[in-house]
Amino acid sequence: MRLIDYANPTRFLGLSAALLPWLAAVTAITFAVGLYMVFFVAPADYQQGETVKIMYIHVPFAWLSMFCYMTMAASAFGTLVWRHPLADVSAKCAAPIGAAFTFLALATGSLWGKPMWGTWWVWDARLTSVLVLFIMYLGLIALQETIEDPARAAKASAILTLVGVVNIPIIKFSVDWWNTLHQPSSVFRMGGSTIATSMLVPLLVMAVAFTLLFLVFHLMAMRNEILRRRIRAMRMIEAAGAE
Amino acid sequence: MSALSSLFVREMKLATRVGGGALMGALFFLIVVTVVPFGVGPDLNLLARIGPAILWIGALLATLLSLDRLFQADRDDGGLDLILMGETPLELVVLVKCLAHWTATGLPLVIASPVLAIFMNMEPVAIGATTLTLAVGTPALTFVGAIGAALTVSLRRGGLLLAILVLPLTVPVMIFGVSAATAAVQEPVPFATPFSILAALGLFSMVLGPIAGAAALRFAGD
Repeated sequence: MRLIDYANPTRFLGLSAALLPWLAAVTAITFAVGLYMVFFVAPADYQQGETVKIMYIHVPFAWLSMFCYMTMAASAFGTLVWRHPLADVSAKCAAPIGAAFTFLALATGSLWGKPMWGTWWVWDARLTSVLVLFIMYLGLIALQETIEDPARAAKASAILTLVGVVNIPIIKFSVDWWNTLHQPSSVFRMGGSTIATSMLVPLLVMAVAFTLLFLVFHLMAMRNEILRRRIRAMRMIEAAGAE
Repeated sequence: MSALSSLFVREMKLATRVGGGALMGALFFLIVVTVVPFGVGPDLNLLARIGPAILWIGALLATLLSLDRLFQADRDDGGLDLILMGETPLELVVLVKCLAHWTATGLPLVIASPVLAIFMNMEPVAIGATTLTLAVGTPALTFVGAIGAALTVSLRRGGLLLAILVLPLTVPVMIFGVSAATAAVQEPVPFATPFSILAALGLFSMVLGPIAGAAALRFAGD
């Protein structure tokens, strides 16, 4: 089976309908395991106390904010190069989910930052580049919502997504540079590299759980979008016939 | 080649004659810079410190404001369809249109900036540095903006959307432009480092902008 064989929306609907209950069940189990480990197995940090538990949702959100964009970029490539009919459905459906994860990464980071650094927001390089990513998500959604014809909206947003992929590393680099120029000693310190195994395992389980959740949401949104387009097509045929 | 040069001449004529609005951007630039002291107060030391940033933000906004006409006028009168059907590579057409657009709207901003810098009480070195960074940086803004202009060309009221799409992409240009301008007067950082990165960004967007813009125009024509 090649990738193009899944291009048929009806086949996709059948396959995803068969797959979704199992995927949802696996997601629920992973979440149950992950949350149990976070609350009962993982130790509290000796400095941060129980607030360190925010990390177990904050880091997966941040990771998914990038993962969603990469999914969209791959879909955009599929739209422009292979004209895969499901690729633009995938790109369109990933955007709101990605924006939501990015927002949650910013919000949980802010909630974590208040007790740790004493402020809701700092213009740290990492935070700033995530904020720019969030704005780019909103711009993409706005572009998709503004162009009426789905095919043209898909191509326009695919181009913008790919331009974004090229630009995101540049933005990241320049924001890093900007930050070190303006505030050499930042309040923000991630002890990420020296994380203990007792904390790393629950974190990875939670990351897998949220990735599975993204897949479930994404498949569900894609199914809805396909059905929405069918309704649109049927209405247009009906309107054309009524004349 | 003559097709491209005549396109450049045509764009310049359209921009400088009645209804072209080439100098409107420079006027807007003047107003933005005038409004800032009302917001932050007339403290000359403060203005001198934030002067380069104000000039850069003003130039960015003025560039954004003029961008929506880049392809829209051609689409309205049908010229865009002729360009799409023509034999000249669309990427080169977009490049030439951007260059003409920058000459008509970006260059006046660069020329106006030393005068406006005096309002900001900036030192001569800072004035020179800011003007130089604007001269290198504003073409990058135009090229990046051309992507947004091409994406929103078919929309009735694409101006605001264009700004939303383009502004995140201009963050690097903004950062290195202001950094280079401030580095010229402040000690620790050398001027050449951010300035060469700014120039690199300009060259990079000169490649990316026309390619992505041409792709967007092709799909808008479908």
